[in-house]
Amino acid sequence: MADKTSQKSKAQLDAEFSDLYRAHLRDVYSYAYYRVGDHHDAEDLTEQTFLQAYRHFERAQAESQGRPLRPWLIRIVHNLAANYHRDRSRRPQTNLEDAAIISAPHGTEELVEEREELTAVLSGVAGLPDDRREALIMRFAIGMDNREIARALGRSEGATKVLIHRAIRQLEERLAEREGVRNERG
Amino acid sequence: MSEVERLLQGALVPVEPSEALSTRLERRLSELTDAAVEELAEFDSRALRDPRRWARLVAAGVVAGTAGGALVVVRARQKQRRREARGLRALQKGMREVTTDVRNRLGR
Repeated sequence: MADKTSQKSKAQLDAEFSDLYRAHLRDVYSYAYYRVGDHHDAEDLTEQTFLQAYRHFERAQAESQGRPLRPWLIRIVHNLAANYHRDRSRRPQTNLEDAAIISAPHGTEELVEEREELTAVLSGVAGLPDDRREALIMRFAIGMDNREIARALGRSEGATKVLIHRAIRQLEERLAEREGVRNERG
Repeated sequence: MSEVERLLQGALVPVEPSEALSTRLERRLSELTDAAVEELAEFDSRALRDPRRWARLVAAGVVAGTAGGALVVVRARQKQRRREARGLRALQKGMREVTTDVRNRLGR
């Protein structure tokens, strides 16, 4: 497989990288956005991700043994996002809550409740432990399956399945608690 | 699908990147190309006669080739920016001329 890859011409590699870029630009950007909660920084991370990916594309292809490269790309942006937060010594809670602007409809009074609900969900996701939050972003914002998420996070499929299950259960509990508090107040 | 999963699907929707992002990517890749061109420009005729600097020349050629390839990637999305493709062809032509010059000086 490695031999076959090494025989590829530069034009072939570029064409394949181009396909990868076009297919997953939105995935990389979405993941970056939900990790940092800011369009400008998400663009920076996306840019860095593709520049880094281009440099290592040939080797990644050889090592992937024909498997899809989306988890590899997401792993790059995942690591860059971790560096981003480490460098700035801040966590993304507030930013992720701000991301409700993307998904929540607005403009009419009837939709205010739905907007609040989405904000509560994002707030709940932001409050989860890092690995659980990241897995949920991969699953729901990008639509990755357990196998892809496992590869991106460097875990086994079984461990990933458990991670996501626990993340959803924890979020469910938090939303239920929140609803309970609201009902007591109301 | 549980209620929470339905809520998650509604909250964590995919986000479309802006057109400005691909433009920025293209600019960054162009900068790589420019850096390679500058690297080549550093070589005067004396440098070309110095075998110790040939490796550096070859390295500059590799960088130029890589950056050029990266530009092709971005252009796949923005074919309308053909003027930069002309720049790439000029760069490749320049590289060929330098290579020919080196070969001539080496007597190959």
